Formats: sequence, C-alpha cells, structure tokens
Amino acid sequence: MNSVILHALTRLFFAAMLIFSIFILLRGHNEPGGGFIGGLAGASAYAVVTMAFGAHVAQRWLIIHPVVLCGVGLVCAILSGLPPLMGMGGSFLTHLWWIGEIGGVELHLGTTLLFDIGVYFVVVGGVLSMLFRLYDTGEEEAGW
Amino acid sequence: MTDLLVILPLLVPLTAAALCGLFWLRPSAQRVVTVIGMAALLACAVALVLAVRENGIMATQPGAWAAPFGISIVADPLSVLLVLAASILAMAVAVFSFRDVGMNELRGGFFPLFNGLVLGVNGSFLTGDVFNMYVWFEVMLVCAVGLLVVRRGGVNLDGAVKYAALNLFGTILFLMGVAFLYGAAGTLNIADLAVILPELGASTGITVALAFFLLALAVKAGLFPLFFWLPISYHTPPAAISAIFAGLLTKVGIYATIRIVTLIFGAQAADLTTVLTIVAALTMLVGALCAAAQSDIRRMLVFLIMSGMGYLLMGIAIGTTEAVSASIFYLFHDIVVKGAMFLLAGAVFFAGGTYDLRQAGGLVRSHPVLAGVFIFAGLSLAGLPLFSGFWAKVLIIGAAMDGAAYWLAAAALVAGFLNLYCVAKIWMEAFWKAAPEGVDIAARPKLPLVVMAPVTGLVLVSTAIGLWPQPLIETADAAGEILMNPPLYSEGVIQAVIEGTEDVTDPVVEEGEQ
Repeated sequence: MNSVILHALTRLFFAAMLIFSIFILLRGHNEPGGGFIGGLAGASAYAVVTMAFGAHVAQRWLIIHPVVLCGVGLVCAILSGLPPLMGMGGSFLTHLWWIGEIGGVELHLGTTLLFDIGVYFVVVGGVLSMLFRLYDTGEEEAGW
Repeated sequence: MTDLLVILPLLVPLTAAALCGLFWLRPSAQRVVTVIGMAALLACAVALVLAVRENGIMATQPGAWAAPFGISIVADPLSVLLVLAASILAMAVAVFSFRDVGMNELRGGFFPLFNGLVLGVNGSFLTGDVFNMYVWFEVMLVCAVGLLVVRRGGVNLDGAVKYAALNLFGTILFLMGVAFLYGAAGTLNIADLAVILPELGASTGITVALAFFLLALAVKAGLFPLFFWLPISYHTPPAAISAIFAGLLTKVGIYATIRIVTLIFGAQAADLTTVLTIVAALTMLVGALCAAAQSDIRRMLVFLIMSGMGYLLMGIAIGTTEAVSASIFYLFHDIVVKGAMFLLAGAVFFAGGTYDLRQAGGLVRSHPVLAGVFIFAGLSLAGLPLFSGFWAKVLIIGAAMDGAAYWLAAAALVAGFLNLYCVAKIWMEAFWKAAPEGVDIAARPKLPLVVMAPVTGLVLVSTAIGLWPQPLIETADAAGEILMNPPLYSEGVIQAVIEGTEDVTDPVVEEGEQ
C-alpha cells in the first residue's frame, strides 16, 4: 500500500507489537496470555509490515521461512516434553520446574516455558505462511 | 520405560513432521527424514506389539494428569496391531514416494503432511479418550485435505472440496455424539465409560449419542448409504497418496466403530444388530457390484475398499467375541493388502502409461515380475488360500455361521466371488490381454527398485500371515476378548496407569505431607 503515514508508522508499530507479543507470551506463565495469543500478536506485527511493504519485505524481516519457523517451534515443543522420558520419571510432557535466584530476582522456570515458546513459533509460522501465500502475487514473485 | 514405548508411535511421526518443516527448503532432505522416521516407527510398532503380548494392556498419562481428567494413551492388543499395520503401510508408501512424488508435490508440502497424517492415524488408534479421538480425526482431516491438493489442478481440487465437506460433516456429528455422551455419563475416558455406561443403563442421551457416533463413523468409513464421497475423492491423487488413504483413512472410521460400539456401548448396541447387518450386507454387495462395472483401475479399487468395509462391519453386526476378533484380523489384512493394491495400480500406470483397462494390456510380457506380484496381491484380496485374505474370510464367515447369521454369510460369499471377478478382470485386461495396437512393448519403461520393493514387501507380509497366521489370530483373539469384556479393559488401563505412576514423585502429594 502506498501511504506515507502507514510506511512511517509501520516501523514503530512493528517493534511495539513484537515486544508486546513477547510480553504476552511471558505473562502467560501465571496469568492470561501464553504462546498462542502471543503468537497471534507477533504474527499481526508482521501482518502490518506485509500490508505496508509487501510480503517479500516481511519475509526478509522474518529472516527464516515461516514453515521452517513452524518446524523450529514443533521441535521446541517436543523437546520440552522429553526430559521426563529420559529417566527423570513421569510421562511425556510432564513439566519440570526449576526455582532459584539470579541476582536477587526469584525465578520460576520450567519446561513449560520452552513449550510455550514452541507454540509461539508454530503460530507465528503458521499464520504467516498463509498470509505470505495470499499476498504472493505474480509481480512480487518476479522480484524475489 | 512403558511411558516411552506407548508414546513413541506418536512422537516419531511428530518429530519427523517437525524436521520436515525445518528442511522446508530442501525437499530431498525431507525425503531422507521421512524414510528414517517411518523405519523407526516400524521398529517401535514391533516393539510395542511384543511388549503388549507379554504384559497386557499398557497405558500412559501425558503430562501426568490423572485419568479420567487427563487423557490416557492406551496400547491394548487392538491398538498395537493397527499401529503395526499402519507403520508397515507407511514405510512402503514412504519408499514408493521416491518415484511417485515429484518436485511439484514436494514443494507443496507432501512429506510434512504425510507425517502428520500418520501421526493422526496412530493417535486415533492409541487414544483412550473419546474427545481426544475427535481431535486426532481433525489432525487426519487437515493433513488429508492438504495431501489431496499438493498436486494442484481442477480434478484434485474438486475431489478435495467434496472430501473436506463430507468429512467435516461427519466430524461434527461425531463431536455432537461426544457432547451427548458427556452429558449422559459425565466422563469421556474410554476406560471410565466402559464401567459407567453399563451401570447407568439405557437413557435418551446415550441412545442419541450412539446414533450420532454411528452416523459420523458411517460417513468416515464409507458405509452403504453414505459412501458417495469415496469414489469421487480417492482416485484423483497420486498413487502413493491414494494408497495411504485407502489403507488408513476409512479403516480408522471402522476402528472407531469397533471401539465405540463394542467397548463403550456394548449393551445398547445389541439392539442395533438388524440395522448393522443390513448395512454390512449392502455395503459389501453394492461395493463389489459397482467395482465390477468400472473400467478405471483406481475407481474399481475404491469400490473394493467399500466392499471390504462391509466385511469389517459384518463382524461387529454379528456381535460375538469370535466375530469381533475375526473383524480385527480382517482389518489388519485389509490395511496391508488394499494399500498394496493401490501402489500396484500406480506401478501399472508407470509401466503401461494408463489407468484405463480398455487401453492397457500386454504387461505380462513387458513386466513379468509385476504381473506375478499383482496376481499374488489380487488373490490375497479375493481371499484365496496361501494368503492373509483367505484366513480373514474363513474366520469371518465361520463366525457368521456360528452366530447363525446364515444369509450374511451367503452375502459375504457372493461379494467374495465378485471381488475375485474384479481382481481377475484387472489382471486379464492390464496384464494378460495383448497390448493395444501401436504400442511398442519393448519401449515401456523399466520399474525402479523403489516401486517394486514396497509392493513386493507388502505382498510378502500378506503371504507370511497366510502361511503362519497363528500369532496374528492369537493377538486378534486377545483384542476381541478385551473389547467384549469392558471390565477387562478398564482394569487393564487402571493397572497400567498405576504401575506407570509408582516411580513418579507427585509434587502435590509431597507438599500436602509437609
């Protein structure tokens, strides 16, 4: 879309939305939020870029192909379920917790976080692979 | 260890799908990942069958959420047999796809979808929870529709839309059945339901739930009045894809029917014997008659699948332990042989250049080995001695005679004869008949090893079962025994879950003690 206002604001929105999506992802630890919603917010950040500059620019900003991102997310989610099966007791996806302190800040870290990050990547990758395909017109393809 | 072994048939295809996603831009790497993944899956399936034969029912609760609130993954003899059959077919199709699936389909995402489909199928077989079964149906449906359109074109799109619409309709019916069942029984865990439903007795909610389930599964399995989506969608995609569809998708429908009708609704389902009997007889006869009228190999095979569905339903309709066990044996045989037939149809196409029987011919001179393998597969499908099909038909017709369902047995024999006619027709037309005018037999392409090895492997499996049926019959009997005695299943699952959780330190309990 050729609009100066949209172009100028897109850079701002993109950064803000992406950071907010990560906030939602981490907030899901104990409060409403999490990988799925965070992923949708992250995908919308790229959707704004796609609207303003086209799919090829959004693809460049994403660095890796959206389906590959899906694969990365799935691998993360699978890995988060594996520790219990590796002789730590319990069944697949039984989540393990590590509670400790780093620099005076109390941290509750668990394999659920890895799982949620995996979901985040899968959602971003899945939504964007559809979106890029829909924006994939003949003329842009020539420019790729 | 139990936890790991039971979950592996789901983890392996899931990991393979994830890795295929990682290698999205390198299709040849996806190929390697899938073949290795399917080989690993086959090994896991064999290990699981052996473990279940030794220990009885095995189960695990992913995430350590306790049953009946968490989802149970249950490996009982029925589940593991079907996981094994599915893995054998998946392995064969993965190898076959080297020749059949071109770059165009690979870029469309053939391998991630294929792995996803195998995951959905294994999930449906292994789940111990009715709602979870619905979820796996959805996984399968999404991947199946994707596979139908990886080769882009009008015919495929047409088939895919019809397939998606009708199967979505079936899945929604299934979901409504799940809702009614939950309303009536208050649980969806199969082990729990098997105990609770007999105590509850008949009620409107349970009857409505059963009606919804049966309608939904009749759509999924392609039974008599609801089969019309089968012939319009299965014969359009590449042979490798139709083989995996033919071998697995409708079979999952019939598996769910067996599981739900016998194990969950045992007592209520007895009233349905008449309906099931009529549907079974009509499915096998109409399927076989329609098949006999076709001249396209794949359309003929699609109707033969439908005919096979009739035999599988027959065991459920008769309703004795012997009959259900026979159905399970038949199901294993059917997955292997119908898959083999579709791959062989693909091989005939590569060799002769056509699926149309009127234009084919002379293959016995140009491809004698293929002709031999095809006739073995065909005879197995038709139920002649030496092959698994013979025992499948002997067991099921024997069960019909013992269950005093004489005219059902007669229908099965007539349908069996028609099946033999169809197979003979394909062989005579495509192989034995002289090649049509102007076709140079010497110029026909040689079939590569990746085509011949999978089909030969599948036929060898069928022959091995035919020559040595005892282990499979024993396991099928054990499976039938458990299905007809719901308390056996429930106790087995509860026992397995307890054994599995003994070595886990439950954080909640520990906190309570402190």
